[in-house]
Amino acid sequence: MTSVISAPPHTPVAPPPVVSGSRRWPVALGLGLLILLTWTLVALFWRHLAPFDPSSQNPADKFASPGGEHWLGTDQFGRDVFSRVLAGAGSVLAIAPLATIGALIVGTAVGLVAGASGRWVDEAVMRVLDTLTVFPAIIASILFVALLGQSTPVLILVIGLAFVPIVARSVRAATLVERDKPYVEAARLRGEPTWSLLLREILPNVLTTVLVEATARLGDAVFAAATLSFLGLGAAPGSPDWGASVADNRAWLQIAPWTALAPALAIASLVVGVALVADDLRARTERS
Amino acid sequence: MRHLLLRRLAAIPLTLLAISALVFLATEVLPGDVARQILGREASDATAAQLRDELGLDRPLPVRYADWLVSFFSGDWGTSYTLKVPVRELVFERLGASMLLAVFAFVLLVPVALLIGVLAGLYHDRPVDRILSVTGLALGATPEFVTGVVLMVVFAVSLRWFPVSAQADPGASLVNRLEHLVLPAVSLVLLCLGYVARHVRASTVASVRSPYVRAAELRGASRFSIVTRHVLRNSTVPATSALGVQAQFLLGGLVSVELLFNYPGIGALLLTAALDKDLPTLQAAALVLGFCYLLITLAVDVVYRLLDPRLRLGVAV
Repeated sequence: MTSVISAPPHTPVAPPPVVSGSRRWPVALGLGLLILLTWTLVALFWRHLAPFDPSSQNPADKFASPGGEHWLGTDQFGRDVFSRVLAGAGSVLAIAPLATIGALIVGTAVGLVAGASGRWVDEAVMRVLDTLTVFPAIIASILFVALLGQSTPVLILVIGLAFVPIVARSVRAATLVERDKPYVEAARLRGEPTWSLLLREILPNVLTTVLVEATARLGDAVFAAATLSFLGLGAAPGSPDWGASVADNRAWLQIAPWTALAPALAIASLVVGVALVADDLRARTERS
Repeated sequence: MRHLLLRRLAAIPLTLLAISALVFLATEVLPGDVARQILGREASDATAAQLRDELGLDRPLPVRYADWLVSFFSGDWGTSYTLKVPVRELVFERLGASMLLAVFAFVLLVPVALLIGVLAGLYHDRPVDRILSVTGLALGATPEFVTGVVLMVVFAVSLRWFPVSAQADPGASLVNRLEHLVLPAVSLVLLCLGYVARHVRASTVASVRSPYVRAAELRGASRFSIVTRHVLRNSTVPATSALGVQAQFLLGGLVSVELLFNYPGIGALLLTAALDKDLPTLQAAALVLGFCYLLITLAVDVVYRLLDPRLRLGVAV
């Protein structure tokens, strides 16, 4: 669950890539990037694209079927579902990348330090990370949000924290490979300070790992952000956020299925887009 | 093997203690006044103070933690602030409901994942494989409440094959209860299917290329016997470890699926307890779920080792 979601320490984590071998499928990467680009543009410019004000209510026109003036129908307050889906893109597309970037920065730093320093620092850091992941992330997230209150910054913090151990482990593994290579040894003998060894010598060579982690975590972060806001732990009620909209409209599923279906499919398209890009990138780096 | 098992078992109480401390700290430092939360804004200061006194909220933290731990282990889990019922019965009743759902999902997941994984592996890099693999990837990336909404609209609202609610009438037969659970269970299965099937597929591809399958082919063994006796057997090992990784997705999935389908399980209980700041229920539900998670990962680890003779006998792989 990621999500909401981190893997237990004792099991192999990375699943084998979907498309293996020499015959790659560039269609998947292209499609994924196209979906990502589309939703990013929508998140930025929805004000110019939405045919209606996403929060303007019109009780006389509630539960209008899709088609006609309202492409995707209207909800229980007569709000235009299509406009709300467009307006809701910004929420998840802000939370997920911010949480991912935070986790990448902290996780890369921790992984670099653990991988490059001596045995007991490494051991201590890894034990702490193991302890963090022993607790199912979903329970931790719920406790955290209950503790700190429902808000977008808390959501970003919770998701980012859950991903730090995952990123740190991958970066540490990559750092262990680089650490003893001659170029690092040479830099050390030149008398480069430790920070420079880490940032100027090792970091550029583990960037591929960081990039693969970035796309994989971004997918998980979208998953987590959508789920937590569906659970009512994120955006305020009434916001056009996709997860929150599905939760708000699930009660009307039998009379107006489009109200919940539209934001649900929007989430599905976004996560699939990210997954296609992430899987392709991972397969490429594993081959090279 | 035995040594490792003992070590893992010994770690459980320690991990549980860490989890309990975390749960206690998280719930005790909750912002907002619990007494006010329960009584509402209009209550007078005196009533609030009296309730704080009644709930023991005014004592120092370590005392309350020790007290709480002792009463927890002696089986006194307190009374739910909001539902006014004993927490222990409540948590176990909901846990039972969730286990029914989780076991049902598991029973559906394993054969389907093995079938799809082996099929994709046997026809690897052909269209069947591509379609199965990309579908699995897409479904695995999609939150279970999203697939759940789609399943509900298609199979419950439009086709009317299954009930909309996951909750059967009280006293319903097991078959009837399971019928209500098909859609929630399938949403959970679809989330994990791709991931587990991918591991099965990878090991199938490896074993199809292996000398022992080649040898079996040359001996003239039928394709069916090769698949069941050699390929499938070797695929169960990665499938088990993949299932272990999925255990936490299943836990997370329980919360949102139970919410979506209005199913009174422990995930939904945990969520409502957190949102309502119902501390005793929240603490108990979080601890019990954490314990279940520990048990699942331990069980997967043991089964994983039992299935692989190299690990079982401690031979270096």
